[in-house]
Amino acid sequence: MLKDITIGQYFPGKSVLHRLDPRVKIILTFLYIVVLFAASNPLGLLIGIFFLIVAYGVSRVPPRMILKSLKPVLPIILFTTLLNVFFIEGEILWHWAFLTITKEGVATAVIMSVRIACLIAGTSLLTYTTSPIALTDGLERLMGPLKKIRFPVHELAMMMTIALRFIPTLIEETDKIMSAQKARGADMESGGLMQRAKALVPVLIPLFVSAFRRADELAMAMECRCYRGGEGRTRMKQLHVGGVDAVCTLFVLLCLAGVIAVNLYAPPLF
Amino acid sequence: MSIIKTEGLTYTYSPGTPYQKTAVSAVDLDIAQGDVVGVIGHTGSGKSTLIQHFNGLLRPTSGKVFVDGEDMWQNPKEIRRFRFKVGLVFQYPEYQLFEDTVYKDIAFGPRNMGLSEEEIDARVRQAAAFVGLREKHMQKSPFELSGGQKRRVAIAGVIAMNPKVLILDEPTAGLDPKGREMILGQIREYHEEEKNTVLLVSHSMEDVAKYAKTALVMNQGKVFLYAPVEEVFSHAEELTGLGLSVPQVSRVFLTLARRGYPVNPNVFTLEQAKTELLRVLGKGGSDHA
Repeated sequence: MLKDITIGQYFPGKSVLHRLDPRVKIILTFLYIVVLFAASNPLGLLIGIFFLIVAYGVSRVPPRMILKSLKPVLPIILFTTLLNVFFIEGEILWHWAFLTITKEGVATAVIMSVRIACLIAGTSLLTYTTSPIALTDGLERLMGPLKKIRFPVHELAMMMTIALRFIPTLIEETDKIMSAQKARGADMESGGLMQRAKALVPVLIPLFVSAFRRADELAMAMECRCYRGGEGRTRMKQLHVGGVDAVCTLFVLLCLAGVIAVNLYAPPLF
Repeated sequence: MSIIKTEGLTYTYSPGTPYQKTAVSAVDLDIAQGDVVGVIGHTGSGKSTLIQHFNGLLRPTSGKVFVDGEDMWQNPKEIRRFRFKVGLVFQYPEYQLFEDTVYKDIAFGPRNMGLSEEEIDARVRQAAAFVGLREKHMQKSPFELSGGQKRRVAIAGVIAMNPKVLILDEPTAGLDPKGREMILGQIREYHEEEKNTVLLVSHSMEDVAKYAKTALVMNQGKVFLYAPVEEVFSHAEELTGLGLSVPQVSRVFLTLARRGYPVNPNVFTLEQAKTELLRVLGKGGSDHA
């Protein structure tokens, strides 16, 4: 039951997108967000959608993953759609009691929801094609300049890496402890809210104890291997920016240029 | 009389996803009341999945499980009843302790059964005595105890429910030889006194030979062998083929027999080995003088 929760959603593969330098990938994702927000008319958004189709096609991530990534933000999309449809003033299309739907409202609603959907699907692609380790690695390097103002970049990245690494372990552990307490007759499936909260105590206490024990052991193991923080630390896997990165950057920049051109030459919708 | 019976028991993890895996397939078993069964098989053979069906923690994908003649999943709402009949001690059970005293932790199971306070008290004391915990331990925090003691507290927590069947998943993993002997000896004592059924999952062939009457060998989710211990260990070559082994003494005697010494190769424990050697050397009894 708990195993069905996927947090690290990495989809292992060898596509161009997988081989992209994580730093470049993070920057390109940001650029893509810029593209989406710069696009103010349907034609511009079509470019955004086109980019998404190409990117998912190249990555070989199954298209149903797009739907999966959209599921959690569905309420937000619905909410903004409703707000836009009913509260933007303009040419009235339909009217009943205090509810009014306008032409402008519908247009904005469609554009906004497409934009949010593209945004989520696009950024999800980053986590689908980048392993959590590569992702934190890239972030650490990108935030490198912040070290100058004594910001603990390396420590932050290490914390993220460790946290991500232990999520599956802790889920497995929770599963095990739950089974063990159920075997002793713990009832976790019935009763009111208070009763259910109480039933979690026999799970949470052992879980905390083991999390602290693991942290202790990990710290010991790291010290045994002479870990002393980020200073002077080198990497086994060096990040390289190569031809693939250049091509992908070019593609995203083209999309951005396209959107700007569309904005300049095509008349805005409203 | 059979206490646990399965019919075509099959279990598949994450069906319908790329991670789909059949851990147990078409298992027909019949475990007799009062038996001590050693469950062996290498990692991933389906042992742990199988035993979690016996107390209803897992629901079979297909097939049936009967406990005490009752179909377990006839009424899924009443599944807890079976958890009290079949006590399951997980691997490294000391990690499930949570109460602030040893006494309260052992009482967790009986309390969930809804017993009276006197009955709970009696059961906790009896279970603690079985695993050799003394009165001075009872009011301590379980987190203050040593590893071996913690494990015995956890086992007592299951024994206190007075289950008809006691299943232990590698109860001696990670313990020193003295701790192993102690826990297994206590389990045997408990079995002899209560006459209940015990299932012992173990990687140690020596332990199975010494403590079990019947052995169940699992391989790739299927029952490979289910027979009295003597018979199972006489299939030495097949067991080796599965990546398992036979007890060390058996290997010695098999080799001796192969080299032409007049010994009986079906020897599994040190005591048997001693008797057999003395017999062959002509010192075991006057009839061989």
